[in-house]
Order: sequence, then structure tokens, then C-alpha cells
Amino acid sequence: MSVVSIQTLDFDPAIELAALEASGGGGVASFTGIVRGEGGLIALELEHYPAMTSAQVERIVEQAMTRWPLLGVRVIHRYGRLEPGERIVFVGTASRHRTAALEACAFLIDWLKSEAPFWKKEHFADRTAWVEARAEDNAKAQSWRN
Amino acid sequence: MAKLTLVYFAWVREAIGRDEEQVERPAGDVTISAFITMLADQGGVYAEAFARPDKLRAALDQRFTPLDSPIGEAKELAIFPPVTGG
Repeated sequence: MSVVSIQTLDFDPAIELAALEASGGGGVASFTGIVRGEGGLIALELEHYPAMTSAQVERIVEQAMTRWPLLGVRVIHRYGRLEPGERIVFVGTASRHRTAALEACAFLIDWLKSEAPFWKKEHFADRTAWVEARAEDNAKAQSWRN
Repeated sequence: MAKLTLVYFAWVREAIGRDEEQVERPAGDVTISAFITMLADQGGVYAEAFARPDKLRAALDQRFTPLDSPIGEAKELAIFPPVTGG
């Protein structure tokens, strides 16, 4: 019913969506995150906490499944070196009705941003920089607590 | 004395120059932030990495934990900047 994968390899959203469509619900929602190539970015390097990441993402998925009547959840988060245009993250949800699927999908991506142990480093031609957490992302995650 | 494994990520790892190390675990009532101050007081790369406690987050035994929590009987303390996944 729920699948979490933390991986270096790319994934095929069509395969993930097909699996969610087969879960017997009336609606599937999804979000795919892509590396933006702004400001001359050459690559993103994603680091994570291997001993913690899967368990933490599974806890986030459990919260979504407690909160909304979901028939299926699939979360894929990549790590390692990713170039502009590459997929980073996939969140997909299936439910009987659209509201639960759409809301749970938004909740999951907001929480992945602020509650999953990943760190992004940007590589440019002449420098590297760790991405700083944005207050706005934290506020979005917090807003689901209300 | 029990051991505590320290694990570092992102720029904390780079500043310290290693991804993990073992230390003597402090008394159970020592908080994470007090322990980070003790590490910073060693000077060198620790002083540099832990100069801005407001920029640090932590996990005890692979669970996010507020810095004002005691370390207790934990086996692993991870110290890192705020996460930026998704």
C-alpha cells in the first residue's frame, strides 16, 4: 500500500502512476521534483543520513495515511549527483476521491522538504554552496499541524 | 564509560573533516546544546563548525531531537544544518 525508496537511480513516473492507478481508487495525485538549472548550476549533490532516512520518510508516510483515507502512497527520493533536468523526488497518492489524494500529496512534499534528512550542495563552474533551508518551506510544513 | 558516536552531515561534516567519530558519552542530563558547546570549547575545527548553534540541528539515535533535550542513554548523536531535501 505504501512504497518508500531512497535511491541513486532515476525512476519512471509513468510506472509509479500506473501502480497507484491500480490501487482501486478514483483519483491519483503526484508531484515530481526536477533539478533547476538556474544561475549556471552544473549539478546538485544530495547527501542523506542512511541510517535514518528510510525510517523517517516512512514515519511521514504513516502520518499522511493516518490523516487521509489513502489507498496507495509512493515516495522516491534520489541522492548523489544530479544534473539540471534530472528528477530528484516523486510523491504519488491514490484515494477514492480527489481531495484526499491532492492534499496528502502536498503534505508529503512539504514534509519531505523540512522533515527528511537530506542536504543539497550546489556545484557551479567556480564554486560550491550548501543550500540553506528556507523559512517559507518550514512554514509550509508547520501549516499542516493546524 | 559508554561511548557516543557522533555523526556529521553537510557543511558540519566538511568543517570537521570527518563524517563520524566516537567519544565518551557525557552524563545523561547533559543537553545536546551543552555538549555542542563542550565540543566547540576544544577549539580548532570544532570551534569553527559549532560557532553558530542557531544554524545546527540534531538527531539522537536517528530521531530529530531539539537541542535543549538531554542526551540520556543515546548511542548516536548526529549534528547537521537544517535539512534541504525535497
